[in-house]
Amino acid sequence: MKVAVLRFPGSNCDADALHALRRDVGVDADYVWQTDTSLDGFDAVWVPGGFSYGDYLRCGAMAARAPIMSTVRDFAGRGGLVIGACNGFQVLCESGLLPGALVRNVKQRFICQNVVLEPATQRGPWMAGVNRTITLPIAHGEGRFVCSPETLKELQDNDQIAFRYASENVNGSTEAIAGVMNATGNVLGLMPHPERATRDLVGGTDGLLLLQALKMVRTG
Amino acid sequence: MGAITPDLYLSMGLTHEEYRLLTEQMGREPRMTELGMISVMWSEHCGYKYSRPVLAYFAEYKKAIEGEGLENAGVVPIGDGLGVVLKVESHNHPSAVEPYQGAATGVGGIIRDIFTMGARPVALLNSLRFGSITPGQEDGATVARNRHLLEHVVAGIAGYGNCVGVPTVAGEVNFHPRYSGNPLVNAMCVGLVKTDEVASASAKGTGNPVIYLGSATGRDGIHGASFASVEMDEEGEDKRPNVQIGDPFAEKSLIEATLEALQTGAIVGIQDMGAAGLTCSITEMSAKGGVGMVVDLDKVPLRDPSMTGYEIMLSESQERMLAVSHPGREQEVIEVFQKWGLPAVVIGHVTDDGWVRITRHGHTEVDMPADIFTDGCPTYYQTPVEPAAFLQRQAWNPDDLMAPDLNQAWLTLMSHPDVASKENIYRQYDHQVQAHTALVPGVGDAAVIAPEGTSKGLATKIDGNARWTMADPFAGGQLATAEVCRNLACVGARPVALTDGLNFGNPQRPEVFWQFERAVRGIADASEVFRVPVVSGNVSFYNETKYADGSTLEILPTPMMGAVGVLERAEQRIGMGVGAGNYRLALVRPTGTEYVQQGLGASLYAWSVCGNEDGVPCRPDLDAEIALQQWLPSLVERGLLAAAHDVTDGGLAVTLAEMAMASDRGLMVVLNSAVTEGLSRADAVAFGEHPGWVVFAYATESEQEVLASCPGALAVYPVGEMTATQDVVLHLDELGTTLTQTVDKLRAAYQRAGIL
Repeated sequence: MKVAVLRFPGSNCDADALHALRRDVGVDADYVWQTDTSLDGFDAVWVPGGFSYGDYLRCGAMAARAPIMSTVRDFAGRGGLVIGACNGFQVLCESGLLPGALVRNVKQRFICQNVVLEPATQRGPWMAGVNRTITLPIAHGEGRFVCSPETLKELQDNDQIAFRYASENVNGSTEAIAGVMNATGNVLGLMPHPERATRDLVGGTDGLLLLQALKMVRTG
Repeated sequence: MGAITPDLYLSMGLTHEEYRLLTEQMGREPRMTELGMISVMWSEHCGYKYSRPVLAYFAEYKKAIEGEGLENAGVVPIGDGLGVVLKVESHNHPSAVEPYQGAATGVGGIIRDIFTMGARPVALLNSLRFGSITPGQEDGATVARNRHLLEHVVAGIAGYGNCVGVPTVAGEVNFHPRYSGNPLVNAMCVGLVKTDEVASASAKGTGNPVIYLGSATGRDGIHGASFASVEMDEEGEDKRPNVQIGDPFAEKSLIEATLEALQTGAIVGIQDMGAAGLTCSITEMSAKGGVGMVVDLDKVPLRDPSMTGYEIMLSESQERMLAVSHPGREQEVIEVFQKWGLPAVVIGHVTDDGWVRITRHGHTEVDMPADIFTDGCPTYYQTPVEPAAFLQRQAWNPDDLMAPDLNQAWLTLMSHPDVASKENIYRQYDHQVQAHTALVPGVGDAAVIAPEGTSKGLATKIDGNARWTMADPFAGGQLATAEVCRNLACVGARPVALTDGLNFGNPQRPEVFWQFERAVRGIADASEVFRVPVVSGNVSFYNETKYADGSTLEILPTPMMGAVGVLERAEQRIGMGVGAGNYRLALVRPTGTEYVQQGLGASLYAWSVCGNEDGVPCRPDLDAEIALQQWLPSLVERGLLAAAHDVTDGGLAVTLAEMAMASDRGLMVVLNSAVTEGLSRADAVAFGEHPGWVVFAYATESEQEVLASCPGALAVYPVGEMTATQDVVLHLDELGTTLTQTVDKLRAAYQRAGIL
C-alpha cells in the first residue's frame, strides 16, 4: 500500500499525514505536487488539511481545479481509495467527488477541540473497521456541512453518511454530519483530523481505527 | 519631495543632534531616500538606541554585539543534532490602531525571524495585555473598546497562525486599566533546526547575486518602525496607512520555499524583511558581512509601478525575504520560489567596499556606507531615577487590608479575568496542527510539543506580571524569569533558553528608564544564576497614550519572559490534573522563606478583592528556584510525579482550584504550623503570592521516594490528597480557618468572566 499525499500551496497537514501514515499506520506514503498529473504507483490518495491557496475564494475551490485533481477524479472513478480531511474534505466537495458543501461554523468562529464521532455506517472500505465511537480533533472555521433536502435524502438512502458529531453538533452541520462518502464508498471526506490522533502522545489513537482501512485493502 | 528641512527630519523622528551626527558621518547632506532610511534604522524599534547599553547586561547579547553580530535569534543545541531557536516580538502600536492586522502581522513577523535562520517554526505563543473588560472598572465606552481590541487581536492571531500551519500552543492575557489605549500584543515563535544547517544573515562574496524573494512591494506600512517608536495619541487612527496587511497564505508558501531553497545549498545568507523592509535587510546584511551592495529598484516586484525609490525602500509590505546566493546558482533558488508561486528576482549584487548604492530609474537614491545605518546609530544612557513611590511601597503594611469572607474572595479571584478560563481564546487557535502538541493549552503550566525526528519533548511558555514589576521592577524581572522556568519544570522540562519581550513607556522619562533598567537587571541576574541564557528579545518603548488635555497614560512596565525547556522523553510530561487513582499532594517551598508584606503586596488578591494596589512582591529565592528547576524534572524522569502546578496570581487557593478542576475531582489540603510558619493571616496563606511555591501530586506508594530526594534549598510537606468527592478544601490548622468550595462552584466562577 502506497498513499499519495497531495500538496497544494497552503496545505498545512500534508506533513502530519505523511508522518502518521509511515510512522503509525505503517504504510508507504509520498508527496504528490499539485501540478503533477500522474498517480502511477499509488494505491490511495490523501487530500490534506490546511488552507489551500489561502482559502481566499471558497474553501477548497482553487485546489479542486489544480491539475492533479483531474487525475484524482479518474482514480476515484476506477474505485481507488481517496480520503480528504478538513480542507481535504472541502476540496473533495468542490471537485464534485463528494456531495454537499462546507460553510462557516454556526458560531462564526474557528474551533479547535476534540469531538466524539458516531460512525453512521460500516459500509465500504473506509468504514468497515469503525465499530465504535471515536474521539478526534477538529480545527476549522468552515466545517458546517450543508446540502439540499434532495441530496440529504440521497445520502440517507444510499448509506453515504459516514460520521456524525455524537455529543455536540459543534459547527451546526446538517444532521450533525461530520463525514460523508461517495455512493460507492471509496471516497471519504470528514472535517475531523484522523492524522492528528495516531499516537498516545498526541491526541490518542482513535484515528488508527479509521486509517487501518489502508492496510485492509488488497493492492496491486 | 522638497528640500530637507528641520521640520521634515523632526517629523520623521530624528532630533537636531541626530541629524547633525548623520551629516557629520556622511560628510554631506543626505538625499531624501537616505534620510527616510536613516530615520527608520535609527528609530528605537530598529536601532535600540535607548536600550542597547542596558541590554548589554545579557551575557549573550554582549557576546553577540562584540563578536559576530546579532542574528535574528540565538540557536541553542538540545542534542540529537538539533537546535532550538525562539524569539518574541511586540506589535503593540499597530494592534492599537488595527487590531486584526496588527496582531496578524505580528505573528507573521516573528515566524519569519525563525525560518530565516533555517529553522522550521514548530510553536507559537502570545502574551497580551488590554485595558479592563469588566463593566464598571472603566467607563462604558472604554470597556467596550477594550473588548473590541481583545476580540480582534485574538481573531488576527487565529486568522494568521491557523492558516500558516504553526500551532499556537500557549499564551497569557492580563487586563488592567493602564493598558486602555495602548494594548500589548507580543508574539513568540519557537523553531527547530539541524545545528549544521543554521542559515546565516550575512551578505558575503563580491559579485554574488542579491535576490528579492516573496510578495511584491506595495505602499503599506511606510514608516512603520518609526510609528512604533513614538507615543500613541488620540489621532493614532490617522496612522492606519502605517499598518501592514498580512497574507498568511503567502507566508506559508514563503516558509516552505525558504526551507527548500536553503536545502539546495545555493544560499550564502538570507534575512527577512521585517521592520523597515528592504532598508533593514540590505543595510544589515551588508554591515554584518562587512560588504556593500548595488541594488536596482527597477527590478523589485511592485504592486504599483509608479512607486518611488523612497516608497520602495520604506515599505513594510509583509512576507518578503532578501537572499544572497553563490555566483551562478541564483536560478536554483528562483526555481524553488517559482514552484511555490512566489516572485524571486535578482535585484543587485554584493560589492567589496561596504557601500550601499541604490538606484531607481537610473537615478541614485542611496550612496553611502552600510554601517552608518547600523553602527552609526547613537545610543543614549538615560540616568535612571528611582521614583519616590518605590520607598513608600516598601513601607506598606498588609495590616491595612480588611480580610473579607475568604470563601467569597476565592470565587472572586477565580472569576477575575487574569485568572479565569481562557478557553474561549485558545479554542480559536489551531493548537494541534503539525500533530505534535503533547500538552495542549489549559492542561499544564506549559505547553509541550513532541517534534518529529527526536524522542525529546520541548516545553514552552511565556509569562510576565506587570503588577509586580510596577511595584518593584527588579523583582518583576526576576520573578518573571523564575516563574517561566518554574512553569517548564512543572511539566517536567529543564529550561534551556529564554527570550524577553520588554514593553515600557517613554524611556526619555527617567522614571520609566529606571523601570526598564531595573527590570532588565532582574532578568539578567536570574538568567545568570539559572544558567539559562537570554538568546533573543525585543524592546518596545513609548507604550503610552497622550490625551487631548495634555495628560499621558503610560502602561505598567511589562517584561514578558518566553522560555523553552527540554524533556528527555516527551511522553513523560505531566499536567496539573490527575486521573483516577490514589494521589497525595505535597507543597514545596523555599527553605527559610522570609515573607515580605505577607506575600500580599502587589498581589491580585489585594488589588481585585481588597481594592489595594500598594506594596511590593516578595523577591524570589534564586537558589531555591534552581533547585526546583532541577528537582521537579528529575522526579518526572523517575516517573514519580502525576501532576504539578505552581502558585502565582491569586495564590495557593487558586492553584488548588485549578488542580481540582483539571482532575475533575475534589481535594483536601491541611496546612499545619510548620508549613505556614511566618504567615500570620489566613488570606496570606490562601491568596498570598509566594514565589517558589509548587503543589504536586504523586501516587501514595511513592511518598517515601519523593520526599527523601528533596534538595536542601527546598522544604517539602505532604499536605493532603485528591479525594473521591467534589469538595475542594483548604484547612489552615494554626489559623483555625477552613476554605471550602465544590469543583462545580469554582468552575462556574472560573468560566463566568465572559472572556470572549
